[in-house]
Amino acid sequence: MADYIEIRWHGRAQQGIVTAAKVLAEAALSEGKYVQAFPEFGPERMGAPVRAFNRISSEPIRLHGQVANPSIVLIADPTLIGTVDLAEGTSDDAVFIVNTPKPPDEMRKKLSLNKKAKVFTLDASAISIECIGRHIPNTPMLGALAKATGVIQVNAVINDFRENYSKKYSQKVIEGNLSAIRKGFEEVKEG
Amino acid sequence: MAVETKHKCNVGLTGNSAVAYAMKQINPDVVAAYPITPSTTVMEEFSSYVADGAVDTELVTVESEHSAMSACIGAAAAGARVMTATSSQGLALMWEMLYIAAGMRLPIVMACVNRALSAPLNIHCDHSDSMGARDSGWIQLYSETVQEAYDNIIQAVRIAEHEDVLLPVMVCLDGFITSHSIENLCLIDNDKVKGFVGEYKPNQPSLLDVEHPATYGAVALPDSYIEARRQQSEAMKLAKDVITDVGKAFEKVSGRSYGLMEKYRMDDAEVAMVILSSAAGTSKVAVDEMRKRGAKAGLIKPRVFRPFPYLEIGEALKNIKAVAVLDRADSYSSFGGPLFTEIRSGLYEFDKRPKIIGRVFGLGGRDYGVHDALAVFEELLRIKDTGKVDKLFDYITVRE
Repeated sequence: MADYIEIRWHGRAQQGIVTAAKVLAEAALSEGKYVQAFPEFGPERMGAPVRAFNRISSEPIRLHGQVANPSIVLIADPTLIGTVDLAEGTSDDAVFIVNTPKPPDEMRKKLSLNKKAKVFTLDASAISIECIGRHIPNTPMLGALAKATGVIQVNAVINDFRENYSKKYSQKVIEGNLSAIRKGFEEVKEG
Repeated sequence: MAVETKHKCNVGLTGNSAVAYAMKQINPDVVAAYPITPSTTVMEEFSSYVADGAVDTELVTVESEHSAMSACIGAAAAGARVMTATSSQGLALMWEMLYIAAGMRLPIVMACVNRALSAPLNIHCDHSDSMGARDSGWIQLYSETVQEAYDNIIQAVRIAEHEDVLLPVMVCLDGFITSHSIENLCLIDNDKVKGFVGEYKPNQPSLLDVEHPATYGAVALPDSYIEARRQQSEAMKLAKDVITDVGKAFEKVSGRSYGLMEKYRMDDAEVAMVILSSAAGTSKVAVDEMRKRGAKAGLIKPRVFRPFPYLEIGEALKNIKAVAVLDRADSYSSFGGPLFTEIRSGLYEFDKRPKIIGRVFGLGGRDYGVHDALAVFEELLRIKDTGKVDKLFDYITVRE
């Protein structure tokens, strides 16, 4: 109906997907886009399935309802497969980016996706442990998103993160996340 | 998260961050609050501005919303510029103090981050909280977007403190949908905000003005009570023009214009929807879609619910063939939600008036999508063609 991209993030509480949606919105905004980023709120329990959403457009966004038909789905935790309907509302040619060491073809089968769907995988958990020392796979997922879809430039994500989070986090944490974004960009595989 | 001062005209903030930032720019003398979901982050962020010394505000942390409003009333009567924020049960607990704030003619500004009322317990958006307070004597402004929430907070200060008004103002924004969504907005420079709201000089003697002793909240027996209430009613009547004038003045500093309502594609419309806040945005997408399909659809989004611009809305609707009024609250009259009954009543003044239906939607955060709005417009087209209303009042977005 309107000219915008809808994105849905799946993860578990404390994996940083709400922050990821926020960083994506800020980065897209810095590229002159109109953005929305919002989480789905429910009872707050560590490890519970959570979702976050983005809309990105070159026009002002009037829509305020839930994201029901995302063209891009990011799955930050592969253990959600089979417990949450991760493909809900997606079209046949939607993009799926999954945090897993397994190859895209295996994820396509596990998610019961058809051939038109574009499936990407990366081991964002391993990258985050290597770069940040903690299991917060959100920033590698952002790098992968930039590579897989072009919805955002990877440099916009890097610049936004450096600019907006330097006050909140130590230099070490910032640098670790920036490497994680780059590694996510480099290591994502399409299948 | 606090925002930087650069790139001010294109920042991404949540509704609550934008409200807190407006409060920082307004720099009120006193803020008293007892945070409640989903308004919590307004106070969370504002208290960080207080801790950082970015404002001179005395932040009074209290033990309940009843106390929060009581502290606001005391401070305002003492001559301070006062602000607060709340939601849902918090607003409900303020109830008796809301009437006192209005009755004492204290220009308090409060963000009401709309949330459903219990029971059943629900933290998500509907307008039951503020609609329940519609007879409390507060001016009510409703915001569609983060930008409007920010702009309304700034304008509310001038409206409340205007000498013709002197009434408290509630600025409503949709819980989570607006309060926790990041959207683009343009912030106004600190100096411009400061200049726009001006320095606060109470228009009436305050409790701390020992040169002019005054009593607030005195007993008024049958010989004087109704006169006080009559004055309050007159002030609410005058507020309509003040809100319009403040909107015009605001356009000069911001470039964004505000009136009593927004009309969207109404010029040649045959069917129209009336709806408040964020759901109006979603409905505008449906209006565009109906237009593409060749239907002359339009929308009215009241910005001001108290005072109620019944003549202006009636003028805008009188030539429409079929109108749907959508309420995100029920008043349990079994006749329709608050917006519906007021608009239907306002239209009685006009000889020519549309067929009209009332629909309650989206209670407790139930999603309201473009397809829901389209279904309402399809029903309006049927009413336009047949001249027949099947159901005057009904629920939509409900499983049955």
